[in-house]
Amino acid sequence: MFINRFLLCGFLLLNVAFAQENFETYDQEIHGTGLHFSMQPIPAGSYPMGSDHGNLDEQPVHDVKIDAFWMGTHEVTWDIYELFIYKELEATHTKGGLPEDVDAVTRPTKPYLDMTFGMGKENHPALAMTHYNAIQFCKWLYARTGLFYRLPTEAEWEYACRAGSTSAYSFGDDTTMLREYAWYRSNSNNVTHEVGQKKPNKWGLYDMHGNVAEWTYDQYSETAYQQFANRLADNPVLAPEELYPHSIRGGSFDDAATDLRSAARLPSDPMWKQLDPQIPKSNWWFPEAPFIGLRLVRPMNPPSEAEIAAYYDRVPIADY
Amino acid sequence: MNSNKKPKQRREFLKTSALLAGGALVGNLPFVGAHAGVDDSIKVAVVGCGGRGTGAAFNALSTGANIKIVALADVFRDRLDEAYSKLAERHAAKINVPEERKFIGFDAYKQAIPLADVVILATPPGFRPGHFEEAVKQGKHIFMEKPVAVDASGVRRVLAAAQEAERKKLNVVVGLQRHYQASYREGLKRIRDGAIGDIVSGQVYWNSGGVWVHPRKPGQTEMEYQMRNWYYFNWLCGDHIVEQHVHNIDVANWVKGGYPVSVQGTGSRAWRTGPDYGEIYDNHAVELTYADGSVIYSQCRHFEGTSNRIDETFQGTKGRAYFAAGGNQAVLWDTRGNELYNHPRKGNPNPYEHEHVELFDAVTKGELRFADAENGAYSTLTGIIGRLATYSGQVIKWEEALQSNVDLMPDRLSWDAMPKVLPDEQGIYPHAIPGKTVVL
Repeated sequence: MFINRFLLCGFLLLNVAFAQENFETYDQEIHGTGLHFSMQPIPAGSYPMGSDHGNLDEQPVHDVKIDAFWMGTHEVTWDIYELFIYKELEATHTKGGLPEDVDAVTRPTKPYLDMTFGMGKENHPALAMTHYNAIQFCKWLYARTGLFYRLPTEAEWEYACRAGSTSAYSFGDDTTMLREYAWYRSNSNNVTHEVGQKKPNKWGLYDMHGNVAEWTYDQYSETAYQQFANRLADNPVLAPEELYPHSIRGGSFDDAATDLRSAARLPSDPMWKQLDPQIPKSNWWFPEAPFIGLRLVRPMNPPSEAEIAAYYDRVPIADY
Repeated sequence: MNSNKKPKQRREFLKTSALLAGGALVGNLPFVGAHAGVDDSIKVAVVGCGGRGTGAAFNALSTGANIKIVALADVFRDRLDEAYSKLAERHAAKINVPEERKFIGFDAYKQAIPLADVVILATPPGFRPGHFEEAVKQGKHIFMEKPVAVDASGVRRVLAAAQEAERKKLNVVVGLQRHYQASYREGLKRIRDGAIGDIVSGQVYWNSGGVWVHPRKPGQTEMEYQMRNWYYFNWLCGDHIVEQHVHNIDVANWVKGGYPVSVQGTGSRAWRTGPDYGEIYDNHAVELTYADGSVIYSQCRHFEGTSNRIDETFQGTKGRAYFAAGGNQAVLWDTRGNELYNHPRKGNPNPYEHEHVELFDAVTKGELRFADAENGAYSTLTGIIGRLATYSGQVIKWEEALQSNVDLMPDRLSWDAMPKVLPDEQGIYPHAIPGKTVVL
């Protein structure tokens, strides 16, 4: 009894120590595929969210407290995303067979269009997926890795993008420097580029500005910040209940400099499915949003199994 | 038998393209005044209530024209119900389909078509020739999805009915929606005006990841299984070189202003070899040779994890052109690479809506403007000949293919009837082997 308890205590202590010591950059392998991606530690902290110099929906600037998490060093690339889209492809590229849990993952309908839009696939960011699709991708990763990956909240995204800065961009306010950090309208030639070619921000994150804009988990509300005018926002999130709009961050290869600002917000738009000839329209793809991708977050303290299940297992809202 | 007319290869192309010059104003067209005094809205019937039929109905209703959907037809009650509930939820005022005008079964179209002024034909393409014939016979204006047939017998039926439709002054729009997309129209106009000279070669592609599968369910008859999985059976789909790639092949014909005289190519089942995938190939690569000796290369495949491409490129004696429906891209260059035209990518109308905007505008005004069926039939035939070439490994001549009496349709249509292609004991369907399979 005593020994057991002692061992258990020791084990728990060790676990905590392990987690803390290892709050650092790590490489996530997808077992048996040879594919991996890296995650950067984002320390807990507070920051002023929003901007007084941008659009109305960025106001008021308000203090936000954020818990620690890891964030994808890069935008998720097609190399990994395609294993989620195509189960047969995944099976072919996985040595030693697929874990049982992946059977429970709903796969996207195969896109009948070329969702790379001719912009390239290897090392290029995956794009044009819906919010639902992006969350199901996280569920697939959970089945493959046993770790809870999810979309960043809007507040986490901006915190990570700013990396301690309060300027328009993570490197300052000078738009002439933007080309060193970002692919956007002025230098992208109107296509996505391989991830990680520009300079990272201070926390080691690449392409937070530009290349593809990135999904956040939050429902978009123009007035979302007003409730926090006079109080601290503690890990705020506007839980998504409606199909539109969700909040998208960072701007893309197709955007002007101002849309790449750390505080700039973009609501998702049903018009991005107007070229879907079917009713109901696809739950999975936006034929006219070749500028939206995603970046992963892993919270340092993962939620319970039940909370994880609730996060992933949502019935998609029919779109028509 | 149906008319075995020679194709009018060099026929002035404008005649077969989407827009009839100027639009003929005719006083005695069907619809105008036909239902005066009762309800002046244009009555629409939807034949084929799957995702595309429902989508086409939504597109029609989005035009702002004075439309009422009055009848629905499908072989599957569940598909019809889903279509009805979505239409009724979003367009309640424009839906008037009581239970007695919801028609179910292989003959449902015969009951729905007479009730309408305009019919939307959006079943799997194998049924299109019969549905089109009936709609023309009943004197209806028609929106029909591409492709318009799956074999030469069906193409000839559509060609014959197309002539009757012209005699009866019926507007016929085919869902080759690139003809209604501003980027293609602007690019083609410039090519017609000689901006890049004579077209000597081209390359057209539909390389994507494939489509859905509906796994076999216990108790399903073979007919129901094939109908639910129509994409994988030629009598219903025609193979993806016909069903999907017809869009790009049609652009090749449009740019050339004619149809190929012969086709040769190769194809196979590389990825989709299991029992879920019926009989169709997953890749085709063919050469379309035109009367002037120019060759357009066509490639389509449904592979996972490979590079994708859906677009069309052409080389002329004075320049080159690039088209992609996605992103509304149409770019023309001279031989030195100087840009001659670059279509603006934003602010273009949705072509799936615009084809209905133009059709219902013509019907509302009592004008005859659209006779898409003949080009739709010939571009469909081009895809079919591509399939015959890849399945057989032979060079297929246009004239010979058009005379073919192969008819893929089952002898009888009912849930207990047997299609002509059936699975073996392992559930695998026979498929074509080049060099062994005889197609003509």
